[in-house]
Amino acid sequence: MNLNELPLWLEILLSALLLLGGLFVLIGAIGLVRLPDFFTRLHAPTKASTLGLGAILLGSMVLVSVSHDGVSLHELLITLFLFITAPVSAHMMCRAALHQRLKIAPGTRNGEYQGLTLARQQERDSSRLP
Amino acid sequence: MSALLPMPFFSLVLLLVWLLINNSLAFGQILLGAVLAVGLPLLLRPMHVPGPRVRSLHGVSIYLLRLLRDIVVANFDVAKLVLSSRSKLRPGFIMYPLDLTDDLPITLLASTISLTPGTVSADLTDDKRYLLIHVLDMHDEASLIEELKQRYERPLQEIFAC
Repeated sequence: MNLNELPLWLEILLSALLLLGGLFVLIGAIGLVRLPDFFTRLHAPTKASTLGLGAILLGSMVLVSVSHDGVSLHELLITLFLFITAPVSAHMMCRAALHQRLKIAPGTRNGEYQGLTLARQQERDSSRLP
Repeated sequence: MSALLPMPFFSLVLLLVWLLINNSLAFGQILLGAVLAVGLPLLLRPMHVPGPRVRSLHGVSIYLLRLLRDIVVANFDVAKLVLSSRSKLRPGFIMYPLDLTDDLPITLLASTISLTPGTVSADLTDDKRYLLIHVLDMHDEASLIEELKQRYERPLQEIFAC
């Protein structure tokens, strides 16, 4: 099917998906700027962008499946890899941030856990020394 | 398990991913994928760490559907928090006591926590008994821990029967 011959309802559906996706990615980016410290900023890209990217990929899947012959499932793989890698990278960054004693936003509850983690790491490092 | 297919589930996933990457169901691709799906597990067998087996496929599908739904809800929640006033945020850390003991279920739980409403798993203690979690907007520590336990950890315990 030619791209110019898409039925109207499909065009509306695709536009809605793309807009929704774009909106959530934008909100993720706004979160990076607005949130007070590293740890809260970490929340924006791990979540807001998963749905944003999901909506864009869904749109891509529908469009390619309709305009070319056959179903396009590449996008499922991208989603799968995203869901595997996003939490792992967030976890690694969070650990690095704890180790570096990055500033925590004032008012954060249980902020002393950061010190606890660090003391434990130092203990482990020193026990490794000969 | 049989000598030719030491990890049957892993083999199936490899074949599916191969076919998805190539976006084709041609006979040649299936054949090539099958060779990889049999060959790679055989090569990797010495590195395989035995872990708990999945006991209930029904549990897995329920868990995945719930996760998908929660991710969508999480996105709206976090979007609202990002756009609302900064002073309303009450970030905090919690120490989450783990009942799970094996590496794979703990990894799955930590990833689930990172993908769902306002929580990111930050660190795991060396004895694997506590998970440090950063919460974007915390109302009540005890009820949050209870919710995570009921919603994600119990189902994982049932899936892996541990």
